[in-house]
Amino acid sequence: MTDAVVVNGVVKRFGQTKALDEVSCAVHAGELFGFIGPDGAGKTTLFRILATLLKPDSGSATVLGEDVVRGLWSLRSRIGYMAGRFSLYGDLSVEENLRFFASVFGTTVERERDRIAPIYTQLEPFKDRRAAALSGGMKQKLALCCALVHRPELLLLDEPTTGVDAVSRREFWDLLGDLKRGGLTVLVSTPYMDEANRCDRVALTQHGRLLAVDTPEAIAQSFGRPLLAVHAADRYHALRALRDYGHTHTVYPFGESLHYTDARPEAPPGQIANELGAFLETRGVHAARIDSIPATVEDVFMERMGRPGA
Amino acid sequence: MTGGLAIQARDLTRRFGGFVAVDRITFDVHEGEVFGFLGANGAGKTTAIRMLTGLLAPSGGEARVVGRDVYKESEVIKRHIGYMSQRFSLYEDLTIAENIQLYGGIYDLTNAQIRERTAGMLARLGLTDAAHEFVRSIPLGWRQKLAFSVALLHQPRIVFLDEPTSGVDPITRRQFWELIYAAAADGTTVFVTTHYMDEAEYCDRVSIMVAGRIGAIGTPAELKQQFGAATIDDVFVTLARPAGGAAAGPGQSR
Repeated sequence: MTDAVVVNGVVKRFGQTKALDEVSCAVHAGELFGFIGPDGAGKTTLFRILATLLKPDSGSATVLGEDVVRGLWSLRSRIGYMAGRFSLYGDLSVEENLRFFASVFGTTVERERDRIAPIYTQLEPFKDRRAAALSGGMKQKLALCCALVHRPELLLLDEPTTGVDAVSRREFWDLLGDLKRGGLTVLVSTPYMDEANRCDRVALTQHGRLLAVDTPEAIAQSFGRPLLAVHAADRYHALRALRDYGHTHTVYPFGESLHYTDARPEAPPGQIANELGAFLETRGVHAARIDSIPATVEDVFMERMGRPGA
Repeated sequence: MTGGLAIQARDLTRRFGGFVAVDRITFDVHEGEVFGFLGANGAGKTTAIRMLTGLLAPSGGEARVVGRDVYKESEVIKRHIGYMSQRFSLYEDLTIAENIQLYGGIYDLTNAQIRERTAGMLARLGLTDAAHEFVRSIPLGWRQKLAFSVALLHQPRIVFLDEPTSGVDPITRRQFWELIYAAAADGTTVFVTTHYMDEAEYCDRVSIMVAGRIGAIGTPAELKQQFGAATIDDVFVTLARPAGGAAAGPGQSR
């Protein structure tokens, strides 16, 4: 498998802040690869370096076989970059935005229609609407069309789904899956941990470092200790009780349950569950349901990022 | 929970020209409840919130917030509610202490009240030593927790939170929800919007807006049962995109 992107020890500082702290990773050609992490993790800085818009302070990066510093002029026409907050012209219509981006790359919308058609057909009913008046989900699709209109070999999508509702996010990931099947290499960044499962591989990103790089399945399996889901009627009460329990390693609200890990590495899940249930009874939390469950990527992220306050 | 109503909306409506952004919504929020207000982008959530917070006059229908009429008593309502938005919450060029002082002044707290509440708040957040740091220099997660506490400074009966956890890491996001639970346990009603569907599960009840209407309302367990869905995410998808209607939608910008 050839690598479409190779990042080697990249460091980038802004004043006192180390936005990227010796980041290394490789993205295979044809892969849908996700950088998952919160604001301030360094995702945008890394994407700007890969898009040839920023130079690393040290380390190097190649994209499609070209160095991002030396090869910037030839690289720019080979990659499609979608910045966070969708860099569209709000006062131009949907169609005008698309024509503008096509003309910048010396092509026309007509010539590229087959490439953008699957997405553009959804936008076409609104083609005369100003981009500023589109919903978040529609802006996102227009920005994707604009990034695709010059037939790039690789897409860099920086937080395309941030602030977009859950349904539009699903549809957007479906589109990315189609693009990948069409042979495109796609790099995406996102703060939504559940989107990790839509990627072939992901890098968990925090404070300018990569906490893990692997398939979402392998990352989830790397959790390394029993994980218990506690269902209780009064979740807040149960949460506070578990904070006081002598063997608690971590306890977090997680969807409809609480996720609990025990500080005793060797204790079997069944025993932990029995003891936990008994403890909760003594604290007035009755008939809690406690199940041993597989970890998710989000559980692993929280375990790896260490203690709070970040 | 006293069993009273923090919000009563009856056929609440708002039109912009020919476009009906909020279309006769009727619902109650109980005092002390954590109420999740969900909906797709452009479904009308922001317009509804602006009416409930006294910032936008309705075109029709009725609403009472903290027992007051949104048409006639919007200024009284504003004194009894707190508000925190994702984009704007604190002044970055002021210190933490200065931000608190400013908000306390806006809400007519006495200097003694401000001093006392500032000390208590900073101690709870573990920020006592950072009181004189500029807000722009503290991490996003802390800023959001601070913004929430500042929105509670004047001890409002309802606090409106508009995507309060956007972009923060998963641990900070959960710490934020613990602040929400603690506020609700103290009797504050919490009205919250979010795009994180797991957070919908943390609410006592949720409503899901679809094209200006309330498409569903109930406890997370009730909604999952009603729609035969495993998660609120699945309920949301079922409601927001009925049978293949892919890209339509009103297209009102956020």
